[in-house]
Amino acid sequence: MAKIIVVTSGKGGVGKTTSSAAIGTGLAMNNKKTVIIDFDVGLRNLDLIMGCERRVVYDFVNVISGEATLNQALIKDKRLKNLFILPASQTRDKDALTKKGVEKVLNDLSKDFDFIICDSPAGIEKGAQMALYFADEAIVVTNPEVSSVRDSDRILGILQSKSRRAENGGDPVVEHLLITRYDPERVIAGEMLSISDVEDILAIPLLGVIPESEAVLKASNQGTPVILDEKTKAGLAYSDAVMRLLGSNVDYRFITVEKKGFFKRMMGAGR
Amino acid sequence: MSIFDYFRKSKEKQTASIAKERLQIIVAHQRTAMNQPDYIPKMQQDIVKVIKKYVDIEKDQVNVQLDTVNNCSVLELNVTLPQ
Repeated sequence: MAKIIVVTSGKGGVGKTTSSAAIGTGLAMNNKKTVIIDFDVGLRNLDLIMGCERRVVYDFVNVISGEATLNQALIKDKRLKNLFILPASQTRDKDALTKKGVEKVLNDLSKDFDFIICDSPAGIEKGAQMALYFADEAIVVTNPEVSSVRDSDRILGILQSKSRRAENGGDPVVEHLLITRYDPERVIAGEMLSISDVEDILAIPLLGVIPESEAVLKASNQGTPVILDEKTKAGLAYSDAVMRLLGSNVDYRFITVEKKGFFKRMMGAGR
Repeated sequence: MSIFDYFRKSKEKQTASIAKERLQIIVAHQRTAMNQPDYIPKMQQDIVKVIKKYVDIEKDQVNVQLDTVNNCSVLELNVTLPQ
């Protein structure tokens, strides 16, 4: 039985796809057979972030409607043997995702995967609700900024009322907070909400803090999940988050201001 | 950050703490709205309609809230009447 994890946020542009790609890749690096599903029908982007956009033949909607088998639609990652991607359809609309259809695909995948990562679209409409409905756990991606925090709270409310676990009255969905684009210097300057501010407001346990990093754009330019770049802070912070997801107790890094040496200050190198 | 920034920052209120205060209020409000039954907004509209027959009020002058206290649901109705 696979563990189904939704990566969600409510607000767009906070790093759901970047985080899905990084965490899915990180799980595969830890020998967990992982599939990442793009739920953003009509606006697929996971394929680009993972660097497999030219290998998409069939998609999630084709599988649901019976036009392709799951094996035809799954794209095997070229770097890691345990990693697969199920791309979203670019041409259909969101109504193509039916609860029954999604459930069937998840049940089939569940048989031979350890983890199923559901990359949610932004918003709280059907696509987002479908992505979170079957989840066992949820990673709520939040930027330390007012609109993102508010939307994360909304999505938490939906997880607690409209997920399968909520409807069936079983154990609630396990919630994790992932703070992205964190800038300790601005927090010290009083310009950015701190980790504890966001934790206080959302009141869910922290999974990781990803520092604002130039590496994220560089990675997406190349179609390489940022976690594979082990020289970058963002990559290492994602690795730490994956270890915590797997149950390890890992200290937090990159959440305080580094003392810059004289040379770094002169060169203005910050990240 | 130069020494001048230090003086400037101490005078104006830090924006992060303003953000936190605003969020705490809006999130608390959002959560009570989430937990109420779906019919509350519609019922509020109807109540406003009835009161409007007699007194000229706006929608935001009527506040309807359903609270649960020890297995007992309490419907709280707050109407601000114009003077």
